[in-house]
Amino acid sequence: MASSVISSSPFVCKSSKDLGLSSFPKSSQISVNRCQKKSISRKIVSVMAPQRSSSTTGSVKTGMTMTEKILAKASEKSQVVPGDNIWVNVDVLMTHDVCGPGAFGIFKREFGEKAKVWDPEKIVVIPDHYIFTTDKRANRNVDIMREHCREQNIKYFYDITDLGDFRANPDYKGVCHVALAQEGHCRPGEVLLGTDSHTCTAGAFGQFATGIGNTDAGFVLGTGKILLKVPPTMRFILDGEMPSYLQAKDLILQIIGEISVAGATYKTMEFSGTTIESLTMEERMTLCNMVVEAGGKNGVIPPDATTFNYVENRTSVPFEPVYSDGNASFVADYRFDVSKLEPVVAKPHSPDNRALARECKDVKIDRVYIGSCTGGKTEDFVAAAKLFHASGKKVKVPTFLVPATQKVWMDVYALPVPGSGGKTCAQIFEEAGCDTPTSPSCGACLGGPADTYARLNEPQVCVSTTNRNFPGRMGHKEGQIYLASPYTAAASALTGHVTDPREFLQ
Amino acid sequence: MAASLQSANPTFSRTLASPSRSSFAPFRSPFVRFDTASASFNYKPLVSREASSAFVTRSAAEPQERKTFHGLCYVVGDNIDTDQIIPAEFLTLVPSNPEEYEKLGSYALIGLPAAYKERFVQPGETKTKYSIIIGGENFGCGSSREHAPVCLGAAGAKAVVAQSYARIFFRNSVATGEIYPLDSEVRVCDECKTGDVATVELREGDSILINHTTGKEYKLKPIGDAGPVIDAGGIFAYARKAGMIPSAAA
Repeated sequence: MASSVISSSPFVCKSSKDLGLSSFPKSSQISVNRCQKKSISRKIVSVMAPQRSSSTTGSVKTGMTMTEKILAKASEKSQVVPGDNIWVNVDVLMTHDVCGPGAFGIFKREFGEKAKVWDPEKIVVIPDHYIFTTDKRANRNVDIMREHCREQNIKYFYDITDLGDFRANPDYKGVCHVALAQEGHCRPGEVLLGTDSHTCTAGAFGQFATGIGNTDAGFVLGTGKILLKVPPTMRFILDGEMPSYLQAKDLILQIIGEISVAGATYKTMEFSGTTIESLTMEERMTLCNMVVEAGGKNGVIPPDATTFNYVENRTSVPFEPVYSDGNASFVADYRFDVSKLEPVVAKPHSPDNRALARECKDVKIDRVYIGSCTGGKTEDFVAAAKLFHASGKKVKVPTFLVPATQKVWMDVYALPVPGSGGKTCAQIFEEAGCDTPTSPSCGACLGGPADTYARLNEPQVCVSTTNRNFPGRMGHKEGQIYLASPYTAAASALTGHVTDPREFLQ
Repeated sequence: MAASLQSANPTFSRTLASPSRSSFAPFRSPFVRFDTASASFNYKPLVSREASSAFVTRSAAEPQERKTFHGLCYVVGDNIDTDQIIPAEFLTLVPSNPEEYEKLGSYALIGLPAAYKERFVQPGETKTKYSIIIGGENFGCGSSREHAPVCLGAAGAKAVVAQSYARIFFRNSVATGEIYPLDSEVRVCDECKTGDVATVELREGDSILINHTTGKEYKLKPIGDAGPVIDAGGIFAYARKAGMIPSAAA
């Protein structure tokens, strides 16, 4: 439901208190002013765009945002506006071990025991949540999915049978959102749904991607369609050169801290600007991954050469990128000068409980967790390794490393870390005293069965590269989780306190 | 002048719920039996409509213009996320499996911090004595896990009255028909206490929440676009009605 407020002036400058602007110091620690070329406004400006009126004759075409265009095409309409309830064709449906059994259960109940899925090549089943556990029900759920996939002839089932050695399973991938990207299932312009809230990650590829429940998934399994309400779009324009100590995780934590955990409810978050253009695909994925933490329906980034290069190396399925029209309407506009930003964390117990990392340096921590779809990708580990190597020190607290997928795990053991003289991440992690990188899965990001590796079973303080820190998220109800970037997590591991990565990176 | 956001060509329009039973198969699980006798709880249910012995989701049970929920309130605060509603360790339970559905109910809201002295479901029981959950802002935020509205419904709650919802939770509530999500206009969670006796009356246009313990009445916002789906009895029933999918398989 788009806001119905029309600003009387085209510019609404929120008070700096509202926007937390006062927390952006002209810090002497930022020694180089990286602001380039044109003078970019130092303020965060929020603009309420005038509401687009629906045409009375229907003959004048209004500009559409990227999301509106994707949904229009997917619903075979020439035009949609926010608020429209439309039946949309689905390009890819993803499910995993936790929600898959329920989704298929509903599919069979509603369409019949002998029913067939709408398209066995458009469904991707990725066991990833509760894999390396002795929990019988968890193991059974993977078996249930195997049965369904066999029966339905599902083309993409990233199965695992040998739980003792993940590498003995050639099909097994790991964390679904990272696997979807790595296996070429994410393509610009498409509609991708998943039975997981972080399905919004795929919006990094310029597609409409959002999380749905079992019942909706059961419906899609049978029909290939879903009923969706077109969301209005909030635009976030990020400009400026990314400081060397800042990562996409800092950007999204910054934004969520700005607009709150319900700031984007029912809305699209569209990210653009020179900073976005400079981000790699994995960094863009991190950004879109946490859109749901702001309540967002989907996140989206205009596809460009970086996107096409990534996608075309992984799939030969043709795609059609779309872009927001120049005269499209946005329900809000936020601008950030990224060169002025500092590493941030989200303090317990909310992703919007933002604070500067350097202002939390007195917070003693018990452990560090680097993993998940948010912060367990190859580049996340390379970043952590870079920082460890630059410090030359050892970690002061248990540091758990959970690569998101098999590919990431292999990269951790094979890729040389820039500036380290050819060392791999794994070597650097070992030298720094981290735990050995473990089998790839969602791991302890969401707690999981009691025997999950790195689960928070005591009321400890953990700095984590994951996505949520509500009470009990990683296991123990009184556990204190500080969400952070891989750089910040690594820096914190070295000091035993929440630490700004600039302590080691400048 | 705020322009309406309704499309010029809506694919459906909000209609009054028909008082007569529709001919479509109600959205229900043939597997799950809601057997009041077997539950070990010992409270007197205050519901004004007795659930039938065959399990039918509440929204499909009586597709009438007026619907009433009556019972005790359980009050929570803002940003009650899905991990508090149903901690991740219980997600191995598959909601479409009848036994596990019941078990999910026993864990409803077990993730709430210790500050919540009163438990939603007593230890060792599968049903709650609270029919109506009163929430603050952003109820149900976090995961897309359908286990969240399902466990609340499985435990026996009928409706949530919250200031606002996270979209996936709201959508899942509507799609499953497990629990009726309603929006209050004011911060009802500040004015109600756990244990208050309340009634929610759903009417075309102006639904209300009556707190019998305090004597206060609150207007509830119209259900909006989700109305037709809820009235039909969930997304499958709605789709059958709209001719999107054929009638339930024989």
